[in-house]
Amino acid sequence: METNGIGDHASLAADFNKDKERVEWHDETLWWIRQKRDKNVHQIPEWEQLREAASQIKLNVLSDLNSYLQQFEANAISNGIKVHWAADAAEHNQIVHQLLKNAGVSQMVKSKSMLTEECGLNEYLAEHGIEVIDSDLGERIVQLAKEAPSHIVLPCIHKKKEEIGDLFHEFLGTPENMADPQVLTEAARGHLREIFLTRRAALTGVNFAIAETGEFVVCTNEGNADMGAHLADLHIASMGIEKLLPERRHLGVFLRLLTRSATGQPITTYSSHFKKPQKGKQIHIILVDNGRSVQLGREDFRNSLKCIRCGACMNTCPVYRRSGGHSYHAVVAGPIGSILSPNLDMKKYADLPFASTLCGSCTNVCPVKIDIHDQLYKWRQVIVKAGYAPATKTATMQVMSKTLSSPALYHLSGKAGRWVLKYIPFAVNNKFNPWYKQRDMPEPPEESFGEWYKKNQTK
Amino acid sequence: MSSREKILLAVSQNQPERVLLPDISLFERKATGTVQKFGAALSSIGGKAYYINDLTEIGIIIAGIPAINGRVVNLVDGLPIKNAENIIYHLAAHDLQNVEWAILKANFGVAENGAVWITEDCMGQRVLPFICQHLAVVINQKDIVPAMHEAYELLSRKPYDYGCFIAGPSKTADIEQSLVIGAHGPRSMTVFILLNE
Repeated sequence: METNGIGDHASLAADFNKDKERVEWHDETLWWIRQKRDKNVHQIPEWEQLREAASQIKLNVLSDLNSYLQQFEANAISNGIKVHWAADAAEHNQIVHQLLKNAGVSQMVKSKSMLTEECGLNEYLAEHGIEVIDSDLGERIVQLAKEAPSHIVLPCIHKKKEEIGDLFHEFLGTPENMADPQVLTEAARGHLREIFLTRRAALTGVNFAIAETGEFVVCTNEGNADMGAHLADLHIASMGIEKLLPERRHLGVFLRLLTRSATGQPITTYSSHFKKPQKGKQIHIILVDNGRSVQLGREDFRNSLKCIRCGACMNTCPVYRRSGGHSYHAVVAGPIGSILSPNLDMKKYADLPFASTLCGSCTNVCPVKIDIHDQLYKWRQVIVKAGYAPATKTATMQVMSKTLSSPALYHLSGKAGRWVLKYIPFAVNNKFNPWYKQRDMPEPPEESFGEWYKKNQTK
Repeated sequence: MSSREKILLAVSQNQPERVLLPDISLFERKATGTVQKFGAALSSIGGKAYYINDLTEIGIIIAGIPAINGRVVNLVDGLPIKNAENIIYHLAAHDLQNVEWAILKANFGVAENGAVWITEDCMGQRVLPFICQHLAVVINQKDIVPAMHEAYELLSRKPYDYGCFIAGPSKTADIEQSLVIGAHGPRSMTVFILLNE
């Protein structure tokens, strides 16, 4: 199925799988992060209670979002922060553009914000003559490579250090064939320090916003959000409307869960609480809907709005680990991306809920207890009913349902299968059989269970 | 209809029946965190803890760190550091770009993760703990709480315009998951814990 001109998950994953060594490396690296997560999580005896509390707090937020949004707005305004509302991506981008125009700024530095990726902000601003430089190291690397992030926490996890060395040699003037992470990071530090010191506007994402106090929290390990925001005159913070928490003390629960789930650290290096602007400077918050209020109305799928973007579901997912983030052709990849993306465009992302084995590992590690694998299963049904199911899947399902509903057909096809595997295995052991890729076909049994039972029943 | 009204209307039409907030007081242990746990957590995230009985020990320890040369900003009351600046509020944030060391008072520490909470009034300038090459902070042993729940209880008692939990030096693992200390912020983080106060 061609859904978007670049191929669906299966064909993009097949491309990724051509480089066997890279797939192994990708798989093992993400699994290593999952193990770090486990090690850290197991030191917290109340971990399961924390997950449950976080889930309940988020459910409360979603059930009373209307009042929390207004409470947050009123408190932020009284703290001296300007609040804007954007119904969709286009309006968000226009607001950012207008703020920069008013400030007479044509260059902006940005820390990590998946929301601005979702809105296509960099491209929009480039069209309007404004240059954006991403300051998170991983995001800067994919920006130089003219690629999208392949993971929400580890944007360039798909790249080898030699490729990053080549990019830095071309753009930052590091020596040729230099691939030492220490040296490359030092080069990026020098390059981006210059950017931080010369940009008058900075945009950051928002990890949490507190209705009770009107403040918002940004978490980074590198310190890039703070370097950008504190050195700029204008700080723009973009947030989805679901990022709210009712009270500040709820952060105690969420900051304990977030980074342990994400990278296996006990907390990010920096958890910055922005309450009021610095003297003579401005903070603007943009509250973005862009489909979230629609998802809120979908009973089966609204829980996906509890997501705190830790990426644990990606690190644990056997499909993500072996297919790479870009195979999801969406801003957010992996299991959570596969339940968020169809909400934005069901047709374009019809293939994603099928890119899963439904093993449930994502649901088990989710720090806010989103029923991810159940939602994947439910999206499949919605997508098939809406007529967007991949054509090969629809055809196979029709054959399956015919065969399974007729005993005669069922026995005949079983016999035929065993005969083929025994006498002409090359008929299925070839590249036209998708199951055969990376797998061997099973040894055929001599007889079916039905035949064996008939024979042995009378004895 | 403005986008604000549109969004609020759509949200109120689509939000489910009200779910009650859970009781999270059960996570608060009220006991003080141990200094050993704090030190171990800090060293596991790349920081270094020193246990001192008197502020004057800091000068001796710092003098023994070879990297200490260049511009030093010291905002800790009663801490004598030679050739350090003590007043920076009148400067522009950009004027701090060549600060080698910054020494600040932190409000308190968190044992479970090695983080310290620092509010803007301890920073002189918001950018200082980020732009300096090396960061050192001083906390009192009695100001170490066990976990984040107690931390939020404590920080709610003192208003702030900006505050930050800082846990170790700036770091990144974006290149092949190799940990590199010193991404954009400080290359080292030292916490001096005053034992007898």
